[in-house]
Amino acid sequence: MRNFLSDKVVNLKPSGIRKFFDIVTEMEDAISLGVGEPDFDTPWFIRDEGIYSLEKGRTFYTSNSGLKDLRKEISNYIQRTQQINYNPDNEIVVTVGGSEAIDICLRAVINPGDEVVIPQPSYVSYEPCSVLAGAKPVIIKLKNENEFRLKPDELLNAVTDKSKVLILPYPNNPTGAIMEKEDLEKIAKIIKEKDLLVLSDEIYSALTYKGRHVSIASVDGMKERTILINGFSKAYAMTGWRLGYACGPKNLIKQMTKIHQFAIMCAPTTSQYAAVEALKKGDEEVEKMRQSYNQRRRFLMDAFKKMNLDCFEPYGAFYVFPCIKEFNMTSEEFATRLLREEKVAVVPGTAFGDCAEGYLRISYAYSIDNLKEALFRLEKFINRLRVS
Amino acid sequence: MRDELLSILEKNSRIDFKELAVLLGVSEEQVLQEITKLEKENIVCAYHTLINWEKTDIEKVSALIEVKVTPQRGQGFDRIAERIYKYPEVRSVYLISGGYDLLVSLEEKSLKEIAAFVSDKLSTMESVLSTATHFILKKYKDHGTIINEATKDEREVITP
Repeated sequence: MRNFLSDKVVNLKPSGIRKFFDIVTEMEDAISLGVGEPDFDTPWFIRDEGIYSLEKGRTFYTSNSGLKDLRKEISNYIQRTQQINYNPDNEIVVTVGGSEAIDICLRAVINPGDEVVIPQPSYVSYEPCSVLAGAKPVIIKLKNENEFRLKPDELLNAVTDKSKVLILPYPNNPTGAIMEKEDLEKIAKIIKEKDLLVLSDEIYSALTYKGRHVSIASVDGMKERTILINGFSKAYAMTGWRLGYACGPKNLIKQMTKIHQFAIMCAPTTSQYAAVEALKKGDEEVEKMRQSYNQRRRFLMDAFKKMNLDCFEPYGAFYVFPCIKEFNMTSEEFATRLLREEKVAVVPGTAFGDCAEGYLRISYAYSIDNLKEALFRLEKFINRLRVS
Repeated sequence: MRDELLSILEKNSRIDFKELAVLLGVSEEQVLQEITKLEKENIVCAYHTLINWEKTDIEKVSALIEVKVTPQRGQGFDRIAERIYKYPEVRSVYLISGGYDLLVSLEEKSLKEIAAFVSDKLSTMESVLSTATHFILKKYKDHGTIINEATKDEREVITP
C-alpha cells in the first residue's frame, strides 16, 4: 500500500504541550497550573440563553458569516471598547473559536513562499497554521528584558521582501505580556512602510490589568491592514462553546468567509445565540472575573518576589512567565521534576517556542487556595534545588 | 479599592490584612484604615459564618413569616419592626412591598417553639393584623453560597 500521508502534515512538529500532557495524566493527585482556560463557569445567564435557544428549536444552520444579531453585537462591542467601526454586513465573520479565524485568515492571504512573521513565545498554532497555508514562518525571539513586547528593531530585522503577514499575539499567551499604545504606534510605522498585513490575535483583550487593551487596528492607518481576531472563550469563560470572530477589510473577510463556508458552514448555532446575550449583558460579569484574575496575579507576583524567583510583571491574560535559568536545567527538566517530586504541573516555556527555554508558563486560572498550595510546593522544590 | 475590598470580604471575612493587601495591590496600613472606616460607618456591620446546620446534630427549624401590620402614626413601620426584631430568635426582619408588610425569619429548636412564638408573641401584638408562616424545608443557596455544591475541576490538566 502507498503512504497516503501528506509530507507537510507528517513533518509538522507535534505540540510540545501534548508530550507533557501525557506525563501529567499519569500522576493522579497532581495540582495543575497548566490550564489555558478560565476556571469560572460560563455565567449562568449566558448558559440559560443557550438552553432557551435549544428549547425554542433553534437548531439549524445560521448564515455562513454568523447570525446578523451577533455580528451587530460584535460590532457594538468593538466600537465601545476600541472605538473602531466594523460593518456587521461585510466586515465580520463568526468562527469556530479564535483558532479557526487564525487558520482561515492565513489560508486566505498566503501564496507559496510568502513569509509570516511570528513573535515567540506565543500560542502554539501560528507556526503550524502558517506552514499548512504554504507560508514560510519567520520567528522573532522576544526578550525578557523587553517584557516580551515586540520592539521595532526586532521587527525590522525579521522583515524581508517576502514578508506578508505579521502575527501580533497580545495580550500574550504564554508570557502575559501586553503592547501599550506607544509600543503599537512604533511598530505600526514599520508595518506600513513594509506593507504588511497584521493578524492581531486579541483573544485575551478583556483581561488586561494596566489601563485598557488597545488594538493595533485603532492606530491611524492600520484598520485597513489588520485582521482583528477575538472570541468568547477567555473573556466570558466560554472555551467549550467554540466561538470566535474575525473583523477586517471586506475584501479579506469575503475570502475568509469563502473558506469558512466550504470547510465549516457556520459556527455552532446554540453558541451564537448564547453569545448575543453575552455581549449584550456580560460587561459586568467580565469585569468581575477580570478583578479576580488581577488579585491572583498580584498574589503570584508577591509570592515570586518572596521566593526570589525572577519574573517580569505581566499585565495581561492569566499567565505569569518566571525565569528558571538560575537552576541550570531545561524548562522541560524543571517541569518534569517539579511534577514528579512535588506533584505540581506547569508548562515548560519551550512548548511555545524554542526561545522560551529557561521559562515556565504558570496559569492563574485557579482559586487562591489552589494557588497557595501549589506555590508552597514550588517553593519547597526550588529551596531544595538551591541548597544542593 | 473600597468596592473591591467589600466584594472580597463579603465572600471571605476571615482573610487577613496581609493577604488583602497583596490581592488589592496596596499596603497593609491602607487595608487596616479602610476596614476601620467601613466598620465605623456601619458599612461592614458584622462578620458571620454560614453554617450548614443540617449536617450537625443540632436541631434547628426555620420559618419565614409574612406579617401584615397597621403602621403607627409618626413612626410608620419602624416601631413595630423594632418590637419584633428585639426577640433574639428572630433572624431577620425586612419591610416588604406587595401583599404584606414585614417578612420575619425565625430560627428555633422545634416546630412547636415557632408556633408558640407566632401565636403568643407575634399575633398578639396590637398592630399585627395577620400572619402567614412558611416553614423552610431545605436550603439550596444561602448568602450567595450554594449549599452542598461539589466543586471539582473538570478541565483537562494541561491545555495550550
